[in-house]
Amino acid sequence: MNGFPILSLMLAVPLVAAIACLFADAKGARWIALAATLVDFVLGIILWSHYQVGGAQWQFTESVPLFAGFKWALGIDGIALVLILLSVFLMPMCIGASWLAVQKRVPEYMALFLLIETLIIGVFTAQDIFLFYIFFEAGLIPMYLVIGIWGGADRIYASYKFFLYTLLGSVLMLVAMMWMVNLAGTSDVPTLMEYHFPVAAQKWLWLAFFASFAVKMPMWPVHTWLPDAHVQAPTAGSIILAGVLLKMGGYGFIRFSLPMFPEASAYFAPLVWGLSMVAVVYTSLVALVQSDMKKLIAYSSVAHMGVVTIGLFAFNRQGLEGSMMVMLAHGLVSGALFFCVGVIYDRLHTREINRYGGLSINMPKYALFFMFFTMASVGLPGTANFVGEFLSLGGIYQASSWVALIATTGIILGAAYMLYLYRRVAFGEQKNADAAAMPDLDGREWTMLALLAAATLWMGVYPESFIAPMRADIAHLDARLAQAKPKGDAQVTPGNPASVAPTEEEHAQGSAE
Amino acid sequence: MHPILIIVFAPLVASIIAGLGNKSLGKVPAKVITTGGLFLSCLLSWPIFLSFLHGTAEPSVTPVLEWVRSGDMQFNWELRVDTLTAVMLVVITSVSSLVHLYSWGYMDEEPDQPRFFAYLSLFTFAMLMLVTANNLVQMFFGWEGVGLASYLLIGFWFRKPSAGAAAIKAFVVNRVGDLGFMLGIFGVFLVFNTVSIPEILAHAHDYAGSTIGFLGFRAGTLTVLCLLLFIGAMGKSAQLGLHTWLPDAMEGPTPVSALIHAATMVTAGVFMVCRLSPLFVESETAMNFVTFIGAATCFFAATIGTTQWDIKRVIAYSTCSQLGYMFFAAGVGAFGPAMFHLFTHAFFKALLFLGAGSVIHAMHHEQDMRYYGGLRKHIPLTFWAMMFGTLAITGVGLEEIGGFAGFYSKDAIIEAAYAKGTGLGHFAAWMGIIAALLTSFYSWRLVFLTFFGKPRWNQSEHIQHAVHDSHGHGHDDHTHGHDHHGHHHAHDDDGTAGYHPHESPLVMMIPLAVLSFGAIFAGAIFTHFFVGIEGAPEFWRGALVFNKELAEAAEHLPTGIKLAPFFVMVIGLVTAWVCYLKVPSIPAAFVRTFKPLHTFIYNKWFFDELYDFLFVRTAFALGKIFWKGDKAIIDGLGPDGAARVVAAGSAGAKKIQSGFLTSYALWMLVGLVAAVTWVLKH
Repeated sequence: MNGFPILSLMLAVPLVAAIACLFADAKGARWIALAATLVDFVLGIILWSHYQVGGAQWQFTESVPLFAGFKWALGIDGIALVLILLSVFLMPMCIGASWLAVQKRVPEYMALFLLIETLIIGVFTAQDIFLFYIFFEAGLIPMYLVIGIWGGADRIYASYKFFLYTLLGSVLMLVAMMWMVNLAGTSDVPTLMEYHFPVAAQKWLWLAFFASFAVKMPMWPVHTWLPDAHVQAPTAGSIILAGVLLKMGGYGFIRFSLPMFPEASAYFAPLVWGLSMVAVVYTSLVALVQSDMKKLIAYSSVAHMGVVTIGLFAFNRQGLEGSMMVMLAHGLVSGALFFCVGVIYDRLHTREINRYGGLSINMPKYALFFMFFTMASVGLPGTANFVGEFLSLGGIYQASSWVALIATTGIILGAAYMLYLYRRVAFGEQKNADAAAMPDLDGREWTMLALLAAATLWMGVYPESFIAPMRADIAHLDARLAQAKPKGDAQVTPGNPASVAPTEEEHAQGSAE
Repeated sequence: MHPILIIVFAPLVASIIAGLGNKSLGKVPAKVITTGGLFLSCLLSWPIFLSFLHGTAEPSVTPVLEWVRSGDMQFNWELRVDTLTAVMLVVITSVSSLVHLYSWGYMDEEPDQPRFFAYLSLFTFAMLMLVTANNLVQMFFGWEGVGLASYLLIGFWFRKPSAGAAAIKAFVVNRVGDLGFMLGIFGVFLVFNTVSIPEILAHAHDYAGSTIGFLGFRAGTLTVLCLLLFIGAMGKSAQLGLHTWLPDAMEGPTPVSALIHAATMVTAGVFMVCRLSPLFVESETAMNFVTFIGAATCFFAATIGTTQWDIKRVIAYSTCSQLGYMFFAAGVGAFGPAMFHLFTHAFFKALLFLGAGSVIHAMHHEQDMRYYGGLRKHIPLTFWAMMFGTLAITGVGLEEIGGFAGFYSKDAIIEAAYAKGTGLGHFAAWMGIIAALLTSFYSWRLVFLTFFGKPRWNQSEHIQHAVHDSHGHGHDDHTHGHDHHGHHHAHDDDGTAGYHPHESPLVMMIPLAVLSFGAIFAGAIFTHFFVGIEGAPEFWRGALVFNKELAEAAEHLPTGIKLAPFFVMVIGLVTAWVCYLKVPSIPAAFVRTFKPLHTFIYNKWFFDELYDFLFVRTAFALGKIFWKGDKAIIDGLGPDGAARVVAAGSAGAKKIQSGFLTSYALWMLVGLVAAVTWVLKH
């Protein structure tokens, strides 16, 4: 892949297709969008297979100076790679989910989704901090339009809320970026990641970035835009929102906040832990009392993202890798769960949990998949979420047992709200004739859910495929964070001094056994 | 290829085929594949067990696949086989294959059979992964996997609201235990920098006497780790405090209760403690806690067992109580007897459950013992099976003569606890003896109410339905079994309502016969290997800590203590006989006299009500409050509030708007300068 601008190509394909969509009719637009997203998916696979694990930190780099030091600079490391893979895998799903569900203004709809894909990949590939900013913020606009035009009844309120929240944080981030570039004399992200900012300044910069990423994440208490946005968004909008857009916050932390401001990150870690603990417990309890399926899953997303931020600020490899795995896993599983909601929403046009019931009787295939993703969301070992949650929580335990305890209660609460949801939807007798008459999954739906399930299992049983590319990058980051690392609360004292000497002998005994 | 690969993965493959094939596959192929897979596993497991019995096998670890590697946190899919695993392998695969076979008959009228058999096989796979784990995370995988299968099987009849509720309860309560287990694994990793079981055990002794900070306290390192892990064991094995899910789990089909909620899954906690016995023995506090919880559970559950009317619930509480025995055995350091009781209990408790299933099958899904009676003559084979199970669980036997399976293992436990010599050891032994009295009482109560006396079937709605249906008013949608007996008129005077119970089919009788054999002989055959002073160290070979001194001390106990279990067993039997056959008015009189006590015990010590109030209602109430908080406070101060402020502010702003571009530019400049100055200053 020497010199071939594959990243630019991945950005260009959906963009060109988006323009083409605008000149096509509904049917044509659908096929163009599907083809373009599949091409990008194939390009993503090529990217993955050509990525050299253990090679250079930044690969597939491109750099074209534009003006005033501003560069078209792209490149990825392992962290970006896996998030790009997630994005290109979910995009065809989004198109598939909207295949029949969206009937009005199809060309514009498809064009916007393709634009979102370009911008998402741009976020993960940008190597110039301002280029990143542009992609990061521009991603808001098509999403805003998707919610505002194709959304539900209360879409205008939801789209404004979404826009205002996310924009507010961004303004502060821009100011911080300008200040940083001014000081470091470069807008090159890899250089900035190695730059040592004065500790006092780090704190302000960290807060400015935090304002933006915390909203995107979303962290408690700036999460309230998410349930509204999800509820009003069309199914595909929810999939991409939960699957990828939320990951931009986590990506921001791991790409900017942590490596650029290690001391500030350590200083503010207790703040992040506090907010994350609240998020896990508070939003899980809120999820328990929801009567709207999408809202329930949206609140559960906030709780899962709490585990991500906890892992990120655990300051060790388990925490960091765990967070990345939770992000990937949550992308797949919450995407799949929103699609599951979409499947029955398309049939009955309501998200009220109480309108359903006993779906295992008339929709057994659907019930199977829904069960699978419910269990995945609950973090059952063998699914993707478990690997991530286990590592994240194991990571934070090394920093603080209190945080670990509170955050791990999420596995109890998560089981409670998800199984309670499942019971009301799929168990029991059929209460409503129209729900009882719904047909089971068709081929399109089955294929999509099967693919998502296969990916979830793969990531749960053999996550090495996904951890391997980012291992070196995480190790690098971990080394950079090492000096700022907060002290753990465990502080194990050396035990039984008498037995320290004959350790070798005991070890031999142990292995003989 | 090591046979363990086939043993473990045959049930998984069978489960996937039957589960995904489901209705398109058809009932019989699904049953053949899953049952065949299990018998294959079982056939391959016994040779492994026998080779460990003869001391010819070596412990082995078979790698399967890399799993996770994150810094020093590394764990792989691998299958460990040693003596402890071998014991569990035969228990799991034998009971599971018999339960598969039994279900051919028991679930015969069920339209959804492939799903049922797929779940059963899936459970077996998860359980096998649990016992073959070489690291704590794979054990946790199996742990959660059996939890999933248990959830699915309890909720198998998902149309029943009570089944759905029981399934959730089982999963969520288990998750409370899993929270402890997970934190325990994290703690182990923090301390030992590995999650590999052999490595942890090898270094356990190094940390004896060290301390660790946990939740702001400082405590013994191994005490903290063991207690956290033990919380997991308490959840899975339904010990006091986390036991509430087990009785409700009886909502599942009876074969499930036999396999999961008696013989295998619920013993996972005991297995875990035995597997980690070198770790547990290093912390006296943890061991004492295990002893106390075990002893308390064994007594507490037995008291409830004496008052219940539902035949399955009696056996469920009995299971809970027997698990208590195993735990206090482990707690006093008698891991051999704990595993021995696990082994024998698997046979006789599975037998009791399957026997109860046969009774329920014969009685048209009636489970209330008040409506049984006199069944001995109608279903004699089931009666004898239940008799053997009862003789085994009540521990009938004398040292000089020999006895049924439970006699060997239960007496070994009580003796070991007493021989421990500490106050807590004596407490546990006495709790065990009292529980043995109660066990004898409730077990014989069950037998007398069910098989002896006069039929009381005419009061049962299930039976009335059955009789009614057979008179030609049958409904097609009646899924719960139908009987092809003749059209007699109801003989209300003899209490049968004209109903004729039938013995269950052969596929149900064969498992009962095999398990009866186990319930009678498993104790006598294997006692030498599991707990014998000469045999046990040879047999276990370090797979668990075998305390030889304790075993020797148990040999030399006063005769009074050695005979106590026997005497209380006889007392329980006689009491039950007097109360339920000789003078049937006694129980009612007793209930009248000790009303508050009976109410307390009959309502299971009000644990469910307490938890419902403390946790379930609180969680929902908090959820509602927080949700309102989202709307009122966060949004109110945030976007909605901001919108109001903007609306109000813009009215004022209108006045400032001069319309001159330069004045706007000036304001912007002022603002920017202020912002930048502020940033630079800090």
